[in-house]
Amino acid sequence: MPSPGPIYLDYAATTPLDPRVREAMLPYFSEEFGNPSSVHGYGRRAEAALEDARQRMAELLNAQPEEIIFTSGGTESDNLALRGAALAARQQRGAIHLLISPVEHDAVAKTAAQLADHLGFTLEKLPVDEFGMVNPDEVAKRLDPEPALLSVILGNNEIGTVNPMSEIAAICRERGVPLHSDAVQSGAYLPLDVQKLGVDLLSIGAHKFYGPKGVGALYVRAGTPLLPTQTGGGHESGRRAGTPNVAYILGMVKAFELAQSELDRRVSRLGEMRNKIMNRILVDIPDSQLTGHPEIRLANHASFVFKGVDGNALLMLLDDAGFACSSGSACKTGDPEPSQVLLALGLSPEWALGSLRVTLGVDTTGEQINSFLAALPALVEKARALEAA
Amino acid sequence: MTKVVVAMSGGVDSSVAAALLQRQGYEVIGMMLRLWSEPGREASNRCCAPAAMNIARRVAGRLGIPFYAVNAQESFRNIVVQNFLDGYARGQTPNPCLACNRQIRWEFLLARALALGADFMATGHYVRIVRSPDGPVRLFEAVDTHKDQSYVLHVLDQGKLQHALFPLGNLTKSEVRQIAADLKLPAATSKESQDLCFLAGQDYRDFLQRYQPHQAQPGPIVDRTGKQLGEHSGLVNYTIGQRKGLGIAAAEALYVLGKDQARNTLVVGFADELGSCELLTESVNWLVGFAPAEPLDAEVKIRYSAKKAAARVTPLLDGSAHVQFKEPARDITPGQAAVFYVDGEVLGGGLIAKMTKKLARVESELSPSDVIPVA
Repeated sequence: MPSPGPIYLDYAATTPLDPRVREAMLPYFSEEFGNPSSVHGYGRRAEAALEDARQRMAELLNAQPEEIIFTSGGTESDNLALRGAALAARQQRGAIHLLISPVEHDAVAKTAAQLADHLGFTLEKLPVDEFGMVNPDEVAKRLDPEPALLSVILGNNEIGTVNPMSEIAAICRERGVPLHSDAVQSGAYLPLDVQKLGVDLLSIGAHKFYGPKGVGALYVRAGTPLLPTQTGGGHESGRRAGTPNVAYILGMVKAFELAQSELDRRVSRLGEMRNKIMNRILVDIPDSQLTGHPEIRLANHASFVFKGVDGNALLMLLDDAGFACSSGSACKTGDPEPSQVLLALGLSPEWALGSLRVTLGVDTTGEQINSFLAALPALVEKARALEAA
Repeated sequence: MTKVVVAMSGGVDSSVAAALLQRQGYEVIGMMLRLWSEPGREASNRCCAPAAMNIARRVAGRLGIPFYAVNAQESFRNIVVQNFLDGYARGQTPNPCLACNRQIRWEFLLARALALGADFMATGHYVRIVRSPDGPVRLFEAVDTHKDQSYVLHVLDQGKLQHALFPLGNLTKSEVRQIAADLKLPAATSKESQDLCFLAGQDYRDFLQRYQPHQAQPGPIVDRTGKQLGEHSGLVNYTIGQRKGLGIAAAEALYVLGKDQARNTLVVGFADELGSCELLTESVNWLVGFAPAEPLDAEVKIRYSAKKAAARVTPLLDGSAHVQFKEPARDITPGQAAVFYVDGEVLGGGLIAKMTKKLARVESELSPSDVIPVA
């Protein structure tokens, strides 16, 4: 049943908590409140729950429990991966070069920029094609001097494109260059088998797959050097200090189990609706373009640019009409910059400012999609008229 | 339900305006303009600093109304700031709030409000509006004459006024503060300021130096007869009526009487030369949409903060107006607006193009006419 009120089409921004996840978390806010580091019974029970969660998380990723670090979310995972692996690589082998794609989330891009601007690293951006995809051959050409770290996003938050990670990983593996991938958007839509992906570091964040906000994980392949960036007690094997957020970690693992076990069904259902959106919008709305790859993309993700439209104005009109979407150029302070990701695809600012992202999720219905598709063309025209005035 | 967009600023006035309209049964939507600031000075912009936007957003949250930031930076820079720079380049003293109200708030923002299906747009201005079934929408001074802002809204035409709501026009500032307190509305604690928002606290002369350094060329200071008395540091640094900072020793205090932009010359004289009895406007905006057929006896305000003065206003064929004051008016400043009131109603107004000299002292060798050239 479509819910009354606004139609939520912004699941890439965040997702509602799955009630089954909430249930799994609840005891750890009250009776099972112990600190996993404590010696007594309270602590032991919390530790048992935490380590059980780590084991389950490792299994879902086809990894070992000691390769899992729990964090406060996708952004922290990206920060720890970039800064921790880069600093360790410099310390151990003198490598100071960073190689990232130009379509990374800011959590990666700005961390890399800080390493370059203030901490003595050099930063190079890989080329991408018109779909924002990294060509593994271009990676192979850029491994001299040997980078400290390569970071390539898996499923793109803004344009949905999924990068050919296992091919990129094969090249890195051959040269012994650590490869990090930001998989924060991918948890509910792609199997995250780190052996198949071949990555050395992988970031995820729970609230993108119906878990709570404020918790994430970083996979670090055994033997990958990593300096902690948050220091203190010896939590997480000394790689991430701070009392573990047991309830949220359990919630994340539960959510990840559900997301991965229900993945095929969700992907086929959402993919069908997503394809309908892509096909209809490109036909119904003049001067529209898909952003990202038409097929090799996250199943719930459709993204567009409309020429001569202010993305902020379009979002406002959509919100008023009862549709919650987002835009790569949008910002709550009304201060739009054309998205760096869209510019990297070769779009001009005139197109890049008019971006729209429509992302689907468990509660999305065909009926909702139909009413969205019926409303959008007129709203785009309205937004265009405002710019033309 | 009748839908109204409230132009919010995070200040107590627009917040209370939104709350009052909601109580009156309107469907209220908040919008806030993001205006241009010099790069690096955004935090100090008086109209739309990020902190003010946070407050506006909290007010909207408290009222449970939608809130949208609307980016007008490019238009504001191209229209309002350019207007300001061009005005000074012509030797005038422009009032950017006029251009902002005409072209940004009541055009750019109004267009977005109407696109959302709003019937009205409201602001927290202290001004009253009167509607009648067949007649034009009429604009009046606020009940709180100290806070009255009708001067800057004389730029509105019927097309804009028909969509305008001003919920604070019948309230005093202290009543508005009380309503905000009763409703526990978040409000900025910073003191009110009359500074131009985009100057972000700096002196307008520093701003002009940066954007139009060629306007700051030194030149002669002369008296009415053309006799050189000293040197000025750039015409932009002076306003009409200014006494301090001329750097000339004289038995009697000297005042800036006018600027001769073509000759880069500052004209000074004594206090009794300062007043002018007449002025000419540029094109007048008559709020009903057309000029009156006959000259009218009105009260005329020549600056935002000036007292109204009795005058006869004669509409001229080219759309401008001639204003003849009963008493000489000091500080008539080209670039500011002259706004015409009758019984508290704003009938129209236009930018001051030039003033005429005080008739009692016609002895000029500087120019053959009785007009100090300003353009």
